[in-house]
Amino acid sequence: MSASGLVTGRSRRGHSGRAFGTSVRYVLLIAGAFIMVAPFIYMISASFQSQAYVLTIPPQFIPNPATTSNYTDAVTSENFILYFVNSLIVAVISTACSVLLSSMMAYAFARFSFPFKETIFRLLLVGLTIPAVMLLIPQFILAKNLHLLDSLPGLIFFYIAGSLSLNTFLLRSFFATIPGELDNAMQVDGANAWTRYWRLAIPLAAPALSVATIFTFLNSWDEYPIALTLINSQQNSTLPLAIATFQGQHSTQWGLVFAASMIAVIPVIIVFIVFQRYFVQGLTTGAVKG
Amino acid sequence: MAFTTTAGRATDTTSVARPGRAISPRRRRRFSATPYLFLLPGVVIFVVAIIWPAVSAFQMSLYHWNVFNAQLSQWIGFQNYITAFQDPHFWQSLANSGIYMAATVIPQMAIGLFIALLLKKKSPTQPLFRVLFYLPVVTSWVVVSLLFKFLFDDSGVINFTLHDFLHLMNSDVSWLANRWTALFVICLLGIWKGIGWSMLIYLAALQGVPESLEEAASMDGANRWQRFQAVTLPAIRPATVFISVMLVIGGLNVFTSVQLITDGGPVGQTDVVLTYMYIQAFNFTDFGYASTLAVILAVIVFVLALLQLRIMRTDDAEEPA
Repeated sequence: MSASGLVTGRSRRGHSGRAFGTSVRYVLLIAGAFIMVAPFIYMISASFQSQAYVLTIPPQFIPNPATTSNYTDAVTSENFILYFVNSLIVAVISTACSVLLSSMMAYAFARFSFPFKETIFRLLLVGLTIPAVMLLIPQFILAKNLHLLDSLPGLIFFYIAGSLSLNTFLLRSFFATIPGELDNAMQVDGANAWTRYWRLAIPLAAPALSVATIFTFLNSWDEYPIALTLINSQQNSTLPLAIATFQGQHSTQWGLVFAASMIAVIPVIIVFIVFQRYFVQGLTTGAVKG
Repeated sequence: MAFTTTAGRATDTTSVARPGRAISPRRRRRFSATPYLFLLPGVVIFVVAIIWPAVSAFQMSLYHWNVFNAQLSQWIGFQNYITAFQDPHFWQSLANSGIYMAATVIPQMAIGLFIALLLKKKSPTQPLFRVLFYLPVVTSWVVVSLLFKFLFDDSGVINFTLHDFLHLMNSDVSWLANRWTALFVICLLGIWKGIGWSMLIYLAALQGVPESLEEAASMDGANRWQRFQAVTLPAIRPATVFISVMLVIGGLNVFTSVQLITDGGPVGQTDVVLTYMYIQAFNFTDFGYASTLAVILAVIVFVLALLQLRIMRTDDAEEPA
């Protein structure tokens, strides 16, 4: 798109200038990308080092001898499979519920006019500005009163609540772009509101729903402060909480900490790389557009 | 947030209202429960788990809160607020939150925009770089915080590189044992993790800059820097507003990285408002005072966000030409 603009600007300087500009560009990009990625590579390397070689001077960049014992320890004696499953359960259920409920709300805001619409919408807007950590104490008391302390359903409940605002926002702006004529046509054919929502709006909104799904999943998967506050038994730990707790208790066992971190990070990176284009879309439709 | 509101309003008057218009005025006035049924489950959860806690945080801040029996809590008015304003540790933690915010927002935006400009031109390598720069953003705060704690350990790879390898320092630095170097590490992590986010938003915004404008500017003899200032920057202004508001909010709410890297140490010198709040609540079980700290921070965040939006909006009004 913008390439032609750049080319007209550049063509005056001739070929050597353009080649120079391109190579400077690539040098900067590669240097920047190295700074972004190097810590991860070092983390992977540390996760394959036995305890004796972590934090030695000079540091080992390539593990020698390489060992998978950190991974086997994390999975067998340290229960990280359980934490993985807990994280998965929490993230999948909260994502499914949040996307369903917020798409219903978004549909109501995008397709109906009704009393107090603006008021309710503003109430949801407030949710975007309230800092999540500020709510920790009242949410802790609420969880205690609802007998949701130290339970996965408790985490799910607050993860759903915490993601509703943003998802409703994102989906509402997408629903608004679906032509109203389609809705009218279905209405004339006698379809009720639920049918129009479920059969028309939801299938057409698939791209936006994917965006909401991915972001909600990642946020639930990575969430730490609420889990730290509500969960106090190992058996209900999620991965971020378990990793942080383990590091707190065994402050020198970095190899195992990073093996566990890899277990937490790899699914995220796979999701991210597979659905990469949705990230760009999500940020554009949810944030910048308009 | 700001433009999403305006975007929402704009669509309300155009496409959204269309199905309603087709219906006759008399039918339109009839009350229908349908939209409320769509809203009900979500709104109930939202009110119970977000709005009510927000209100009760304020309420709790007015009490000497009894953790074991809330009924016995003692109403003390604004005493907790007076205590906070006289509490030097509160001021230090507020200063640390402010320093974190001030030190991370501008670099994230500037570097993010710079990389977005480098990546603007479509090329086969663009998606690869986009993934690499965005990698820290999708990685959990817990993992990257522990990773930075490891890198900046006394016998970690940073000390090795700067001291033993490059000989830039005469001795190892105990990065995490001193207030300023520890804050430096925490800020560095914040910048490193956030660059990819602002990059991606700027990248999307740059795709929307009309190329005809840039072409016209270069026909007029504008050099690259002039084109950037006169055409690109104004065109991506909404993105800049959005990013700065979100980063200021996020900066003041820093919690996880501080808790995991220093846990406020040495002796509370790197506490930020939210780690101090957490300690007051869950170590000293002073829920009333902790809620006060949370409310003060929330008010500061809210006022700053409004101020930013106000400033940006008046600027908009001044430059319709």
